[in-house]
Amino acid sequence: MSMNKTILIRPIFADNPIALQILGVCSALAVTTSLSVTLVMCVALTSVVAFSNLFISMIRNQMPSSIRIIIQMTIIASLVILVDQLLKAFAYEISKQLSVFVGLIITNCIVMGRAEAFAMKNPPIPSFIDGVGNGLGYSVVLIVVGTLRELFGSGSLLGITILPTVANGGWYQPNGLMLLAPSAFFIIGFFIWVLRNKYSEQVEKDEFAMAPHTTEQGAH
Amino acid sequence: MEHYLSLFVSAVFVENMALMLFLGMCTFLAVSKKVETAIGLGIAVVVVQAITVPVNNLIFHYLLKDGALAWAGLPDVDLSFLGFLCYIGVIAAMVQILEMFLDKFVPALYNALGVFLPLITVNCAILGASLFMVERSYTFPESMVYGVGAGFGWALAIVLLAGIREKMKYSDVPSGLRGLGITFVSTGLMSLGFMSFSGLTL
Repeated sequence: MSMNKTILIRPIFADNPIALQILGVCSALAVTTSLSVTLVMCVALTSVVAFSNLFISMIRNQMPSSIRIIIQMTIIASLVILVDQLLKAFAYEISKQLSVFVGLIITNCIVMGRAEAFAMKNPPIPSFIDGVGNGLGYSVVLIVVGTLRELFGSGSLLGITILPTVANGGWYQPNGLMLLAPSAFFIIGFFIWVLRNKYSEQVEKDEFAMAPHTTEQGAH
Repeated sequence: MEHYLSLFVSAVFVENMALMLFLGMCTFLAVSKKVETAIGLGIAVVVVQAITVPVNNLIFHYLLKDGALAWAGLPDVDLSFLGFLCYIGVIAAMVQILEMFLDKFVPALYNALGVFLPLITVNCAILGASLFMVERSYTFPESMVYGVGAGFGWALAIVLLAGIREKMKYSDVPSGLRGLGITFVSTGLMSLGFMSFSGLTL
């Protein structure tokens, strides 16, 4: 049981798929302008990762390794089609806002990466938990970015006004940059900075480290 | 002609796959350490985009669209929900064929691209371009122009970023920001730069 708990918790901060493994960054940036869209994307991705891990792990011993990528792709694509159809049926507005990004879950590297790295070697239940854990790790980053962007970009959260904007007679001057593409890069960059300050073993080695300062006289 | 030119320019600059739409970010960040490899990967992406987008366009119009199977005597069939599966299948097959073709006829390029070709299958920029093509209902010639343009824009962005990173490795970056962090921030700055192209039309 404690083993399963580690599998679930580790990917959230210590081994975060976005910040450390550089997986699944694309959608993290593109769908985070408003929090409600972000949440839907998180749920969609987490369920796809969890179930693709489960199914791939179930048939891992029957799969010939030469065609495993195609089998994995088919399983993932079928799950994504399911998610897409469900969204279109029950949350049409949000599925319009997500546009192509639901389809792009297929090529989200987290899904493929976890299938290759974990589900191919482990039994179904731990694989499922690993999928949920990685989905949650992805969700944490997305929710942080989505909250910051919506709060400072349009002064609201989930569509409810938190900071009344100047345009509506309030005091908050919304930061337009937050709604534009580049802000997501900055926020994730700084998120990584914060995370690596806490987990210093994640810091990358410098290829060309600066030599330490020499204080001796005549060194110049 | 003008229409196609404007579509190309907008695919390259205004809707740059990497910097404005954030597609193909994983490979974009992972393979941009050296300019040479970035150029190789960029060329591979352009080639694959130029083939897959038009092919997927044909598949969509003649097999999947609502009523597209009328030529087979099935006018009421709507297979568009199978889209994702078909597009990714086409992309995987194309990459495989390209790999075998290069291996046989252009071994020099094959060796240069080697590792990156399989990576392209899971590059979201490729699938993204196909999905945008469907969503915006491009015609066949439009889809050809869009495919090349989208690929070229992505290639341009990765080569630029690789150029910056090659210089940046000599700089003294705060330890937590080193590597991935500073790459994100500089990509953000590049993206700001590309925003100045918005509204550009011919």
